[in-house]
Amino acid sequence: MTGNMHRCAICQTNRAQVIRPKNGQKICKNCFLEVFELEVHTTIVENNIFPNRGERVAIGASGGKDSTVLAATLKALNERYDYGVEFVLLSIDEGIHGYRDDSLETVKRNAGQYGMDLCIVGYDALYGWTMDKVVEKVGRKGNCTYCGVFRRQALDRGAKRLNISHILTGHNADDIAETVLMNLLRGDLPRLGRCAEIMTASLTSPMRRSKPLKYAYEKEIVLYAHYRELDYFSTECVYSPEAFRGNARSLLKELEKIRPSSVLDIVRSGEQLVHDMISPGKLDCGGPNDQCEEGRGLVGSQTLSNKSTNSELLPGAVLEASHEVAHQTTDGSRTQTIGVCGKCGYMSSQPTCKACVLVDSLNKTEPPVEVLLSGDRDFY
Amino acid sequence: MSADTIPITVELAGGLELLFDNEKKLNINLPAKMNDGDAANINYLVNYLCVHEMKDTRREMFEINGTVRAGILVLINDADWELEGEGEYVLQPKDTILFVSTLHGG
Repeated sequence: MTGNMHRCAICQTNRAQVIRPKNGQKICKNCFLEVFELEVHTTIVENNIFPNRGERVAIGASGGKDSTVLAATLKALNERYDYGVEFVLLSIDEGIHGYRDDSLETVKRNAGQYGMDLCIVGYDALYGWTMDKVVEKVGRKGNCTYCGVFRRQALDRGAKRLNISHILTGHNADDIAETVLMNLLRGDLPRLGRCAEIMTASLTSPMRRSKPLKYAYEKEIVLYAHYRELDYFSTECVYSPEAFRGNARSLLKELEKIRPSSVLDIVRSGEQLVHDMISPGKLDCGGPNDQCEEGRGLVGSQTLSNKSTNSELLPGAVLEASHEVAHQTTDGSRTQTIGVCGKCGYMSSQPTCKACVLVDSLNKTEPPVEVLLSGDRDFY
Repeated sequence: MSADTIPITVELAGGLELLFDNEKKLNINLPAKMNDGDAANINYLVNYLCVHEMKDTRREMFEINGTVRAGILVLINDADWELEGEGEYVLQPKDTILFVSTLHGG
């Protein structure tokens, strides 16, 4: 096959080394690195991810490929395009021996490599429990629930400690497509819509969260890390991963093999469902697809300005803009009021926040309580 | 005509090294011909690695249906294997083949 050399479709000079999954384009290493960064920049600009110059923004950093690529790319883009923001690495120490202690060493090296401050928040200090101790108590089944609830609040608390109100996470297109599939399979349409949003503000979190790598394929993230020789950590958590997500993941990888655009197509489906849910009338649209497409933007923007719209379905940025205290829940039947947790004082829709409920159950000898799992993939 | 074996370098990354006793680089002399007499290709290499080099018993973490598991990237001399014929690519002496998993958490 050596005589079968492909030339780069962009520079027309170098040997093509990459096939882009989203469009099949064959390009060289240098052009790949350039378009990858340019696309992340486009995502940032089009979604106005950094509206305020001078702002400090946290990057949720695990030492894994996604958050490492996110930090490396943002450092390069911030210098090239002068976003005028300052990045801080925010890491969570779940207290998992042989996993997180090793990956935190990677994050510490990254902090030096990228010249960013690093803040580490530990479950032990926050909750009095490490995940190792949680697993000792509750076993390996269901321990991910504790970790997910704890992490979400830990990231918020870490950011608050840094006086930061915006957290970036390394979720990539594959992660989002997986979560869309999982929520579809669970029949959870409100979560399906939210997981596909690029920016979210939850009712129970004062933080804005953004996913600048939302349109980046996992394959391209790994290639970017490889060609840039980035220092990242790649070992799976020692406690059992979610079986359901594993199946969604395998399905997605198989689909990608047959039809590489599937990943982004699923992400787009998630986005469009949100729009259609904001405006249920659009579901009746019987015309050709492009006709639906045209109508969508208009109806969507009208609905967004409508105060009575179900806030659970609104994109996060819009939600954040309206500082209402009471919100309708998804079924519209009752009103959810945001207050503070009676135990820890953190924002909560219940008298006691989920993390405190879990900690209480751990501190007692009773069997663990069931707490609703977040539909989003709660890693960085 | 051709030698019995061809020297190649195999690299493992993204967590796959854990299946190979934490070895990130293997220099191996691969039989030049497969059982049917055809020249050795990537799929043959994948099976060879499972049989001769893998220390972990979970073969399905690396190989499924005669080729690498979906979600593992293969780079042939630093180029995406999709540009080179994927599993059918015929190995050449001194080739470097990188297997990198995309499947581990980020």
